[in-house]
Amino acid sequence: MRARSAIVLVLAFAAALAWAQPDLRRWLPLARDGLHDPASPATRQLQEPREALSLLAPDTAGNQVRWVESLERGQIAPRSTIDPGTQVRVLDDEILLNLHGGTPIVRFPHRAHTLWLDCSNCHEEIFRSKAGANRLDMRKILQGEQCGVCHGAVAFPLTECGRCHSVPRARTGQGQAAARGATPAAPGAPGP
Amino acid sequence: MEKILIPGIRARLAGLVLALAAMAGLVLALPAPALAEYGDVVINNHSDAAGVRPVVFPHWFHRVRFRCKVCHSDLGFKFQAGGNDINMVKIIDGQFCGACHNGAVAWSVENCDLCHSGKANTPTQVHESTIQKLAGPAPAAPATAAKR
Repeated sequence: MRARSAIVLVLAFAAALAWAQPDLRRWLPLARDGLHDPASPATRQLQEPREALSLLAPDTAGNQVRWVESLERGQIAPRSTIDPGTQVRVLDDEILLNLHGGTPIVRFPHRAHTLWLDCSNCHEEIFRSKAGANRLDMRKILQGEQCGVCHGAVAFPLTECGRCHSVPRARTGQGQAAARGATPAAPGAPGP
Repeated sequence: MEKILIPGIRARLAGLVLALAAMAGLVLALPAPALAEYGDVVINNHSDAAGVRPVVFPHWFHRVRFRCKVCHSDLGFKFQAGGNDINMVKIIDGQFCGACHNGAVAWSVENCDLCHSGKANTPTQVHESTIQKLAGPAPAAPATAAKR
């Protein structure tokens, strides 16, 4: 009897956990993060990561925040300019990359990137504005070049392979057709 | 109640309770990240030599408030830790951090300690970067040598 009631209790506990979906994310306080000097007055004055990040769309990697989702859901409203004159240019298309590799095809969403960045941040210095004109290489990316300028440093980490390599090989025919058109547009598709 | 229990059930129950406690502990402990926030940049081009704490730049904090382009396009910050030749004269002149940290957009430069808050001798780096995680932390070498 006791065993049975214990099992019922366990099941109830598990069900309650699943239903409540508690936020299991943890952020270290600045004074104990290994980087800040605990003796610095800053550790008592600066905002703690938990205070800001626990309110944003949860993730399992990086800052444990889905930054694009947070932006699109209006959880944050980061400024686009300091000078009122500067332009915001959002491009809404998708580029399929890595069409002939062994890993799944990469779907690059311009929209998610241009929500944060200006065209000139990537073009023409890091990437040429022509599909197929850039020889992308994971070794370079892992060394902080190409996509690795941001991914693996600030944007989601390079250990999240499937977020870029997201289109299964079975759809290769479609991918090649799209790539021939140089700018395969699939507006409205969700970002990473 | 006691009579119904088969022999050994107490031990089994104790085991169950222990396993439960262990699971609960695991659930609470697992997601804890190892160290400081992903993307935190330590800038120690001149700080150690000047006898102040290295700068810790929290990307996450600025990202909540500004899009990347504001600093990396409009203000001209290069995408490389330590790759921007920043010094206090330029900041006071309104360049780099000084474009906002001027008392108008954000707090101004007399709050030295708020930026210069890192542990002494921490090399310039992007903290928690994938490279750092896979290849180990940057060596505590001369500050200007380590880029990422």
